Amino acid sequence: MKRYLRVLNLFWRVAIAAELEYRINFAVAVISSIGGLVGSVFGLFLFYRTGYTFQGWSWYEALVVLGVFTLLQGTAATFLVPNLNKIVRYVQEGTLDFVLLKPISSQFWLSTHTLSPWGLPDLVFGLIIIFYAGHQLGLAPLAYVAMLPPLALGIVSLYSLWFILGATSIWFVKVYNVTEVLRSLLEAGRFPIEGYPAAYRVFFTFIIPVAFLTTVPAQTALGRSETTWLLGSAILAAVLFQLSKWFWQFALRFYTSASS
Amino acid sequence: MTLRSLRIVRTFLSVYYAYMVEYRAELIFWVLSGSFPLIFLGLWNQAAQSNDLGFTPAQFAQYFLAVFLARQFTVVWVIWDFEKEVVQGTLSPLLLQPIDPVWRHFFGHVAERFTRLPFVLLLVGLFCLLYPEAIWIPTPYACFWGIVSLILAFCLRFLIQYTFAMLAFWVERANAIEQFWFLFYTFLSGLVAPLTLFPDAVREFALWTPFPYLIYFPASLLVGLPVDLPRGLITMASWGLLAFIINRKLWRLGLKHYSGMGA
Repeated sequence: MKRYLRVLNLFWRVAIAAELEYRINFAVAVISSIGGLVGSVFGLFLFYRTGYTFQGWSWYEALVVLGVFTLLQGTAATFLVPNLNKIVRYVQEGTLDFVLLKPISSQFWLSTHTLSPWGLPDLVFGLIIIFYAGHQLGLAPLAYVAMLPPLALGIVSLYSLWFILGATSIWFVKVYNVTEVLRSLLEAGRFPIEGYPAAYRVFFTFIIPVAFLTTVPAQTALGRSETTWLLGSAILAAVLFQLSKWFWQFALRFYTSASS
Repeated sequence: MTLRSLRIVRTFLSVYYAYMVEYRAELIFWVLSGSFPLIFLGLWNQAAQSNDLGFTPAQFAQYFLAVFLARQFTVVWVIWDFEKEVVQGTLSPLLLQPIDPVWRHFFGHVAERFTRLPFVLLLVGLFCLLYPEAIWIPTPYACFWGIVSLILAFCLRFLIQYTFAMLAFWVERANAIEQFWFLFYTFLSGLVAPLTLFPDAVREFALWTPFPYLIYFPASLLVGLPVDLPRGLITMASWGLLAFIINRKLWRLGLKHYSGMGA
């Protein structure tokens, strides 16, 4: 365990040092993040300006969902995208061999060996929206803390799904865009799940668990989540995480390297 | 001369068609990743069930299906390809050929539309099963102008992105510009809602930009929503012309600046 922490520390120090060479990218990331945020709020506003409200979600409550979504987007951009989208390249070029030879878990190596600070603006702006909307709603400080466990569980679920999709590259090699599909479906998380028709709700709860990623944490913060949802969130995260580990072991059996 | 061009076009199309078909599995995922309008279809459809928004649920369904189609047929990725060519230096051999490299990209995109078609039709079929009340037959007028505006929208999007791509001669990551542009595209083009639902000031502003003409305009024509046809065509032509002039200027300047990888 301690060894893993030390490795992690090293990975991230190197990654940040490397990324800081491109400082102008950071300015671009900040501006893009602001633009994206204005757009998302505008998208939500289009619904509420007509006097329509998502069932049981006031404007500020829906903003909390949007904040959680932005936060998750930032997390994905910082930790998931730079790592998991590269699995495809390792398989394609055969450099996965070197990863497999290292004396640590290959899943750990693939999932953590770099990070990109360009997701940070999204993380910050996500927090700002959550705190702003929470302030308007008069949320107690404890409410924000209560949001953390379901949020963490959501991130674990998201990571596992992403990793499983990335791992399919062992068979299909060029699946760079599978994660693109996942990403486009996750866009549904901008809005509370109650805003969708029944068929969509089933899809986004059981097939692509978007509901657990943004709606459930927001509901917890607002103090009205049911135990079943929280329990579901925990079970989902545990199952998906275990599945991702198992699936990776399974996939590796079919890995044949690039030249042989 | 024209005969020669025709032969070139035919060769390019068949070559790139064959090339794209090879990656058809990958194509399915690209088609699916354009599902963004379908998310908004669900939301607006649900919203229109209970509130009067000036659109019936069926109209929303039609509009967003048209948006989905418009998006499928106007997808452009030339900036990523071009950037790679410049950064890796593979542009150099292409410059030796007696034809402007842009045509390779252009016909690559056009050929890809044909490979995409079966998957898109499949999804449209699925949509008709889910929303049978929303099935509509476009009038000949809607068909004609819808298709014309779709083709123009594709050309305009291609031109604009190719103009951004020219910046790859000077900066390493030109696609950051495209990504920034894409943000505005997402929210002003009518992907998230028909422009009629926008606040007046925002709509008026948006109609002067090229964005709505890439999605909202062709989609509305296909569905038969009222749009200002002459104004749309003129705006598209003006932006297209502007992009074309800048593009050629940058291309000439860029080539002088370009030194090839390792040269």
